[in-house]
Amino acid sequence: MKLIILEQYDQVSEWAAKYVRNKILLFNPGPERYFTLGLPTGGTPLGCYKKLIEFYKNGDVSFQYVKTFNMDEYVGLPRDHPESYHSFMWNNFFKYIDIRAENVHILDGNAADLPSECQAFEKKIQDAGGIELFVGGIGPDGHIAFNEPGSSLVSRTRVKTLAMDTIQANARFFDGDLSKVPTMALTVGVGTVMEAKEVMILITGGHKAFALYKAIEEGVNHMWTVSAFQQHPQTLFVCDEDATLELRVKTVKYFKGMMHVHNKLVDPLPGSLKKN
Amino acid sequence: MPSNGSVSDAPITQFINCRILKEHTLQREDLWVRDGRILDPEKLFFDEQGYADRRLDCGGAILAPGFIDVQLNGGYGVDFSTPSEDPGAGVAFVAKKILEHGVTSFCPTLVTSPPSVYHKVLPEVKVQSGGVHGAGVLGVHLEGPFISLEKKGAHPEQFLRTFGGSGGVRPLLEVYGGLDNVSMVTLAPELAGSQSVVEELSQRGITVSLGHSVANLSQAEEAVRQGASFITHLFNAMLPFHHRDPGIVGLLTSDRIPAGRSVFYGMIADGIHTNPAALRIAHRAHPAGLVLVTDAIMAMGLPPGRHTLGQQVIEIQGLHAYVAGTTTLSGSIATMDMCVRHFQQASGCSVPEALEAASLHPAQLLGISHQKGSLEYGCDADLVLMDDQMVLEATFISGVEVWRK
Repeated sequence: MKLIILEQYDQVSEWAAKYVRNKILLFNPGPERYFTLGLPTGGTPLGCYKKLIEFYKNGDVSFQYVKTFNMDEYVGLPRDHPESYHSFMWNNFFKYIDIRAENVHILDGNAADLPSECQAFEKKIQDAGGIELFVGGIGPDGHIAFNEPGSSLVSRTRVKTLAMDTIQANARFFDGDLSKVPTMALTVGVGTVMEAKEVMILITGGHKAFALYKAIEEGVNHMWTVSAFQQHPQTLFVCDEDATLELRVKTVKYFKGMMHVHNKLVDPLPGSLKKN
Repeated sequence: MPSNGSVSDAPITQFINCRILKEHTLQREDLWVRDGRILDPEKLFFDEQGYADRRLDCGGAILAPGFIDVQLNGGYGVDFSTPSEDPGAGVAFVAKKILEHGVTSFCPTLVTSPPSVYHKVLPEVKVQSGGVHGAGVLGVHLEGPFISLEKKGAHPEQFLRTFGGSGGVRPLLEVYGGLDNVSMVTLAPELAGSQSVVEELSQRGITVSLGHSVANLSQAEEAVRQGASFITHLFNAMLPFHHRDPGIVGLLTSDRIPAGRSVFYGMIADGIHTNPAALRIAHRAHPAGLVLVTDAIMAMGLPPGRHTLGQQVIEIQGLHAYVAGTTTLSGSIATMDMCVRHFQQASGCSVPEALEAASLHPAQLLGISHQKGSLEYGCDADLVLMDDQMVLEATFISGVEVWRK
């Protein structure tokens, strides 16, 4: 893995957004070949989305030939509910950029037949040629998407019941009322994300530090599902100083020492491939 | 590119680079319009996979709901209460002109007149949608003749009337000739027999306003209980506020307003008809009820100097219109956008509050706020574009530009 350690949330957001931008530009998508991007929701990626919107407004990148696949969506929440992941993606990202609606894929938590909806989503990913880059976050319990502790590390897109940790973490979006938080969600599986060409996990804040420690310094374990990515050939963890608080000093020093190499992935804007 | 046509094939316009008045604040959001109504872009995106056919760059300006004037007596030399060959044409002429003031809907107002005038004029003034031809007519505001003698103001005394003994709206039907196309009636509730009139008018969906009256607070509260919901030009043509009987003014803070109901009050914020301190008292007492009205007379829109209008000779100096050769005010000539700006300066309220007093509040008063006076999804796209000083740049009705500076 590459562990990118930056000072604070804003630097993490900027680094991650530049990485995504450069990846799209280098891929040089067009009407015959789309860049497929897996996307998360929540507080962690918000800053990254804001930066990507800025890059779009500056003319540095276009999302015209980008296909997106979101990780998850609540079951039973009306699509236009302000806390649905559809609303999140629209209000925080899609409405500001030039992505086409037909290239956006988000699981439908109100589908009549949920297992079929999950299978159809897997097929859409397959039909799109797989995912080039899957961006994700990590829960305080070490979950990726809604793959709660105990989820199979080879799982596929399916219906999941949310763990109490997750419900509590999400209550802040539902007026602090636990009874208002949905209890089930549709989510891509650990196996689904593992099939992406490249995975980038964003982790910020001291409350995520223990999960990061479990994910990268302990073994692969279905109780901390992000640990599965130890077995993925191209994984990046982008985090702030606070998120490293439970790691060994040796780990942190090693990766910090490599920042001058890692920064080459983001800093020169691939000039000749700038969107016209 | 348009939508997949699953809901509609009509073209979609996206107003970009603007600050829209929504949820009582100015938000940096785009505004989407289709079929003359404000469109929910999230539904468009997810349900219809659609986008805008064209984008309109607002240059960072404020985009607000078009103004609604519920008390306008005429303008540009046209007096709605003076019967002419073609009353409809007079209304249409003024309707077109007031687009320049950001007014997208209005209630042509008739002052106290003899039945013959009502019978001639009313059938010619119909409710109709606005457009390139002019602001929409929401319905007529009949100010009088069932008003108080002592508070007639400039209304002609000989045509004032009382309700008689029969009860109900029959005397109104006789005087007016009918109540079609009427959206508001101003009356004095202390007149005997007013209760059943107020009740029946309210049941018919006509807004009842209290004005030109010497009613005390109890009489006013009784009228509100029967359905009255507006006060015509607060402070003017009513008993002044008294601390032991606040009169109609006391409705602003009355605790006898039935639950779920609101009392609104018209204010002429031209800096002349109401002292700014009085304006502030009213605003601070009941900000949600303030409705800006022009109560403009036919001299509005005319250049400074002397004008002979019907039987009167009027002299215009700045924002003052005097009976020629005197210092007697003959009516207001401030335009709606001037009133909005003056109200904001005099009260120190925020720009959203000032704009809502001219759009949302009159719409709520008339019970049409699901359709007008707001930029919520589904509302009519009647809009005004303005700079930070609330100087108008353009007016739109149903999403179509009807005036540009």
